[in-house]
Amino acid sequence: MQFWIIQFLNSLALGGLLFLLSSGFSLIFGLMRLANLTHGAFFMVGAYIGASLLRQRVVGMDLWLAALLAGIALAALGGLLERLVLRRLAGNSLGQVLVTLGVAFILSDACLLVWGGDPIPVPTPRALARPIFFAGLAFPTYRLVVIVVSVVVAVGLHALLERTRIGAMIRAGVDDMPIARAVGIRVSRLFTAVFCLGAGLAGAAGVLGGPIFSAYPGLDADMLPLALIVVILGGVGSLAGAFVGSFIIGAIYTFGSTLFPDLAYFILFLPMIVVIAYRPEGLFGRIAA
Amino acid sequence: MSRASLILALTALVALALLPFYAGEYFINLASQILIAAIFASSLNLLVGYGGLTSLGHAAFVGVSAYVFAWLTTHAGAGPAVAAAAALVGATIVACVFGLVALRATGLGFLMITLAFSQILWGLAYRWASVTNGDNGISGIPRFSPFGLSLDGAAAFYWFTLALCVIAFAAIAAFASSAFGAALRGTRDEPRRMAALGHDVRLIRWITFVYAGFWAGVAGLLYVNYNKFIHPSAMSITNSAEGLLAVIAGGSGTLAGPIVGATLIMLLKNYVSAYVERWNMLLGFVFVAIVLIAPDGVIPGLRRAAARIRGGRK
Amino acid sequence: MKMNRRDLVQGVAASAIGALAPAAARAEDGGPIRIGLLTVKTGPLASGGIDMERALQMFLKERGDQLAGRKIDLIVADTGGVPATARTKTQELVERNNVHCLIGPLAAFEALAIDDYIRQAQVPTLSVAAAEDMTQRHPNPWFVRATSTSAQCAHPMADYCARELKYKRMITIADDIAYGHEMCAGFQRVFEENGGKIIQKLFPPLTAPDYGAFVADLKTDADAIFLGFAGSNGFRFLRQFVEYGLKDKIQPVGGMTALDESVLRNMGDEALGIVTSCWYSAELQNPINQKFAPAFRKQFGYDPGFYAAATYVEGAVLEAALKTIGGKAEDKPAFMKALRDVKVDTARGPVSFDAYGNVVGNVYIRKVERKDGRLVNSIIKTYPDVSQFWTYDPKQFLANPVYSRTWPPAGNLEK
Repeated sequence: MQFWIIQFLNSLALGGLLFLLSSGFSLIFGLMRLANLTHGAFFMVGAYIGASLLRQRVVGMDLWLAALLAGIALAALGGLLERLVLRRLAGNSLGQVLVTLGVAFILSDACLLVWGGDPIPVPTPRALARPIFFAGLAFPTYRLVVIVVSVVVAVGLHALLERTRIGAMIRAGVDDMPIARAVGIRVSRLFTAVFCLGAGLAGAAGVLGGPIFSAYPGLDADMLPLALIVVILGGVGSLAGAFVGSFIIGAIYTFGSTLFPDLAYFILFLPMIVVIAYRPEGLFGRIAA
Repeated sequence: MSRASLILALTALVALALLPFYAGEYFINLASQILIAAIFASSLNLLVGYGGLTSLGHAAFVGVSAYVFAWLTTHAGAGPAVAAAAALVGATIVACVFGLVALRATGLGFLMITLAFSQILWGLAYRWASVTNGDNGISGIPRFSPFGLSLDGAAAFYWFTLALCVIAFAAIAAFASSAFGAALRGTRDEPRRMAALGHDVRLIRWITFVYAGFWAGVAGLLYVNYNKFIHPSAMSITNSAEGLLAVIAGGSGTLAGPIVGATLIMLLKNYVSAYVERWNMLLGFVFVAIVLIAPDGVIPGLRRAAARIRGGRK
Repeated sequence: MKMNRRDLVQGVAASAIGALAPAAARAEDGGPIRIGLLTVKTGPLASGGIDMERALQMFLKERGDQLAGRKIDLIVADTGGVPATARTKTQELVERNNVHCLIGPLAAFEALAIDDYIRQAQVPTLSVAAAEDMTQRHPNPWFVRATSTSAQCAHPMADYCARELKYKRMITIADDIAYGHEMCAGFQRVFEENGGKIIQKLFPPLTAPDYGAFVADLKTDADAIFLGFAGSNGFRFLRQFVEYGLKDKIQPVGGMTALDESVLRNMGDEALGIVTSCWYSAELQNPINQKFAPAFRKQFGYDPGFYAAATYVEGAVLEAALKTIGGKAEDKPAFMKALRDVKVDTARGPVSFDAYGNVVGNVYIRKVERKDGRLVNSIIKTYPDVSQFWTYDPKQFLANPVYSRTWPPAGNLEK
């Protein structure tokens, strides 16, 4: 019983982090039909920025502020990338692959240059560093907080999409781009805004995941496939899909690696293959990937 | 093929054939590796460029072919010729099976499902250690000696690779320019219309997938014979991505594009890296620059430039 | 042979005479000796690879870029940690740069990828990679390894855990690669032969970003857990281990890379008190290391660890061999024989080689302590002159299969 409770909480925490990572990817793909293969690198740069900010011991700096600042920094970087490069490549999906992977190479090598090859911790907030004890079980407090944060972010994003004007425009764009243009939505600005939002979410997620993952070379390559899997499983462009997909993958990863260690290398891919083959639009998506 | 490009291709071929007479052993070996990468990229180009199917798992076929050859020659005592044939059959069969499932998707879904298949094989290579020797890889693999000719020397292996390369390019070019190739391009540009015209879009794509898998298997065979060693990293995402990047950077859907792209990447990775410490970053910048200058790749970009110059002279 | 003052004087005299003698008399081609360093400077393994280059350059600089009276040219190649690239780079060093010897590579699979080429091209190679069979069942005649095999430091660690720490029931966990398998297998063998039981063996995939599921699965009634990780993985595992409040329940101990100096400098109090074994520590108090470690720290701002010490020690072995043959690196068989016959004091202590080209040297049991504000691996016990075969007879040792996931079989695992 103990095993199931702890691993269930584990899978929720991992799922929460995956949602923070993949929601941005999903939004960008849904609106712009752009598979942003730089997303893992954004996450890693975020983690490194968070680690640096928190190690400088600046007065008043804490994990949440660092996440915000890293989010803003990555949003700015994403905005630049979108304005300067990606917008010239609308509809050129191969060019997008080349450029987003190219930028991912640049960022990951730049991280090695700036931060070196050794892993750097992102400190856990002091108040959350001790595990929480209940019913004879110990569970990391910070991971519980991550679950809460991911739900809060999900609710916030949902509200943004459903209750605001920009959200309505994004939804219109996801559903039918020509109509959105026809009714006078300034799609160009919308693209930049969404790309900034997605990149910023990835950067902030890097900081929030930092106390668990740390910042290390290769974090980008470890995370990008996870984001892709989540989004494909849940359905591209669907926030609910990213949310549910994240927790499904979190659960499969957690239970799979302990219950079926021999399948550790492929267990994440099997459900995805089934979904793509038999429900190409994903569990919640309306458009085929 | 226009007359000018035919002359260009023939000149290049002669220069390549004579390479061992004027280049050192290191450059001969480097050239062999470039040719292998070019075959791999060209086979992927059938899917990406002509079929509009972006695969991120094409290295799986390189790996299957290489592992079959390695295992048969080192563990089962098979002769290199038998092992080579089995390796190609193996890669083709795997392509047949994967194609059936993968082609249920297109676009990002296809990219992900091919990635998933290659990752599964990669994981298998790591974990099925009784056969693959896991992370230690299989070493001590003998090179094959076609018609009794030893390929142990750098030049001999290079010539053999060059010959296979010419055959591969001819076969791929013939495929692309055939009526079937035209139908394939049709499925890329107008899949619904092609279906309405009575073409079996899935079948066309599947045949292409299998054909591309076969030629990737040829590349894998050369790869394992060149390295005499095989490790799961041959099937990594990185290797698949490198092939894909070569196709796109050089110009997808052109015959010369993947060759140019593969040459570019192999030179940066293996040659320039001796002089430029941050070669990964340089590679990234080269990709971005290519996209900004020639969004559809080097070869189409050059063609446009050439047309502009000719147009300017008139 | 310990290096005493007389040897030193002789050595200096020999090289002085060498320097005066005409170039042609010293060596056939008379030019500099070219050393190729195969290392990793990009990608996830870059941390160790960069240290390898830094320490070797330091070693050469201290000697005015001269060994045995001949000028040294160092050519550094970045393999990216990819086997196929390692092979290409080796060819480049041998065929284009005409190196006289190689130092490196870093990773076992890189060494295996170039194994047959080294034999064919007959290049003396001073390996850093730990792959067991390179100096065991398939010994490469052109290899010497002054660092250790995967399990060479795990054997004494297991001995220490069983006899001194009196652990009875232990868990092993390591990366799911040959290095991790071999290290845990060696640990298990010695630990169980000394009355201990390995009750759980875990091998998380190399690319696992989150160890939470594995940490939560650990058997909390074990006495201790042996960490066989390398690189950033041990670092991340330990943080997550502490996160789950397990450090009070299961005592972690480690292999030679789990708490390396390069990882330690980014760690906090969670590392304090952890015992590990390695053939080196920046804290070693021998005359050579007392100069090397502070100098390295002064130049780069951190303590040298496994990889830095690796090339610094290989450098010393190389120098000793070159001195024996009067700098004639062109005579490959003589060079190779000299390398294998080396007996020299190095930063890790005295070094010599067994019949298979693998080092016989001290292994140190170390404990993480805080000193001058930074975390260090203080030495608490020395196992002198440890061989790759531990206390076993080499013939019997080699009659067994190579250490792996499945050998020796784990008979005491608890469900």
